[in-house]
Amino acid sequence: MKKNTLRITKTTKVNFATYLMVIVAFVVLQSMSNAGMLKSALQGQLVPICAYVTMALALNLTVGVLGELSLGHAGFMSVGAFAGAVVASALRDAIPAPGLLLAISLLVGAAFAAIAGVLVGIPVLRLNGDYLAIVTLAFGEIIKSLINNLYIGVDAKGLHSSFVQNTIALGEGGRMILSGPMGIPGIKKISTFVAGFILIMITLVIIFDLVNSRSGRAIMALRDNRIAAESVGIHVTKYKMMAFVTSAALAGAAGALFALGQNTIVASKFDFNQSILILVFVVLGGQGRMWGSIIAAAALTVLPELLREFADYRMLVYAIVLILVMLLTNNPTLKNFFGTITAKFRKSEKGA
Amino acid sequence: MTFLSHLINGISLGSIYAIIALGYTMVYGIAKMLNFAHGDVIMVGAYICFFAVANYGLHPILGILLAMAVCTCLGMIIEKLAYKPLRQAPSLAVLITAIGVSYFLQNGAQLLWTANNKMFPNFLNFGGKTGLSLFEGQLVISWTAIVTVVACVVIMIALTLFTGKTRIGKAMRACSEDKGAAELMGINVNTTISITFAIGSALAAIAGVLLCSAYPILVPTTGSMPGIKAFTAAVFGGIGSIPGALLGGVLLGVIEIFAKAYISTQLSDAIVFAVLIVVLLVKPTGLLGKQIREKV
Repeated sequence: MKKNTLRITKTTKVNFATYLMVIVAFVVLQSMSNAGMLKSALQGQLVPICAYVTMALALNLTVGVLGELSLGHAGFMSVGAFAGAVVASALRDAIPAPGLLLAISLLVGAAFAAIAGVLVGIPVLRLNGDYLAIVTLAFGEIIKSLINNLYIGVDAKGLHSSFVQNTIALGEGGRMILSGPMGIPGIKKISTFVAGFILIMITLVIIFDLVNSRSGRAIMALRDNRIAAESVGIHVTKYKMMAFVTSAALAGAAGALFALGQNTIVASKFDFNQSILILVFVVLGGQGRMWGSIIAAAALTVLPELLREFADYRMLVYAIVLILVMLLTNNPTLKNFFGTITAKFRKSEKGA
Repeated sequence: MTFLSHLINGISLGSIYAIIALGYTMVYGIAKMLNFAHGDVIMVGAYICFFAVANYGLHPILGILLAMAVCTCLGMIIEKLAYKPLRQAPSLAVLITAIGVSYFLQNGAQLLWTANNKMFPNFLNFGGKTGLSLFEGQLVISWTAIVTVVACVVIMIALTLFTGKTRIGKAMRACSEDKGAAELMGINVNTTISITFAIGSALAAIAGVLLCSAYPILVPTTGSMPGIKAFTAAVFGGIGSIPGALLGGVLLGVIEIFAKAYISTQLSDAIVFAVLIVVLLVKPTGLLGKQIREKV
């Protein structure tokens, strides 16, 4: 039907550039890793980087595309992390292949996080602006508290769970998987850099497909002007839920990937500060700009490692970098000031 | 009696939340920004007072005044350097900057004063007793609780009078309603915002000292959780409203202590936040918040 099928829009170009960037980065890092050129500290960061990149992409769907501020995304990451780690631990004898086990864990993590997303989204998405933000914060804290008080054990009969107090009586050969505030110890590290790369690619495909679809345009219309969108017949709750739940599910998968790359996970790790950390990735990378999120998440995850030389000062430096970047990119005077300096430099270079 | 004692503890904790919430609510009302660094200003105030009293042997009252002075300057410097350049920027950029400031204060405090616990001394014992005995010793109300509640009430009345009667207070209200119109009427908006930060930060210093008198362990992250709770209290009561901050703070404190005492210690935070969510669903702008009609 379409005559000019070869018309490539700007969005398509950006999307393909993003895929290409991720693939190139993966190939370079993987070959460096195989050649043993990566420092061990960075080597250990590869899986967390992938998890944080996926988290940043997921949150960017909520913040950039849907236009609602979420301060509790670490909660979904937490749900995914614990669901995934429990499944991986419970099925570790039944499924010997680590790849399959990882895939199942990620799917379960995503599913549980999606359910949490629906439960949180129904009340949250009725609110607007800062009130929505504070309610997501509240849900993040509630999820943290609940997981902190959850006990899960496994024996021949299956999974057992209890809440607040550990009342599980395990049968022969049973073991505790999740023990409240102690979290899940002794996780078998089955997450790999390759798996992380695949997860990022799948996330990108899902997000780009959603954004470039009819639904995606409806979601962005809601972001730009809710009243106008509503008056042309866009179902507000439906599309908001679609974006929010997708975002939560992706965050859950990221959480599962993260958890299965760690020795131990505890619920208190996924707190308000974690949510903020991911929000920082999104804002620094640019709202709605997926490639920006990827670069920001990867760079800021590595930055504290690179700042190791500053030892005690590194978090201070991190804070100063954060403030300066926000000032430089958002203040009109400073922007102009630096604009003129770079212009002068260019001129003097030309003159010389 | 235990019920009464829990209630008093709750009101006392709630009064601290209320004083912190005032800082949030005033800044939000006038600058329309969530100042996440506010909780860390509390921590700085508590440290200043601690060192003034414990290391230099100053009188506690002088210690509190010094803490207030330092926090006022700190608040104004933060506003000048970090927030003022971003007045026209999107709110998310300001939010991230506030978070940057919060990290900066926490890590700066950790470098300066180390992460080790400091035991905050209890200034408040009159006649060798730490509390007031009632009903033949069945109910003991600590002086800290009494002073906290009195301080909260005094601050609340003073602020209400300040915003209602004085020129600067009226200017603050005008700015929070319409900055453009206020500027046209000859109000210096920048100065007014600066003063708001100064007042909020001075209150944070008082709150810090009171908080650490009641819960004496002082670490660089002392301020962050009470900060988040107080922010919740401000939203609970209707952000931007001064009586709302008082109501929200006290209710939150009472709910938290009751949840701890009668339901579950571990789940108290979850219960507090759940109540907040329910309130916001029923009244989306908080208990005393103004309902703003959306115009098309």
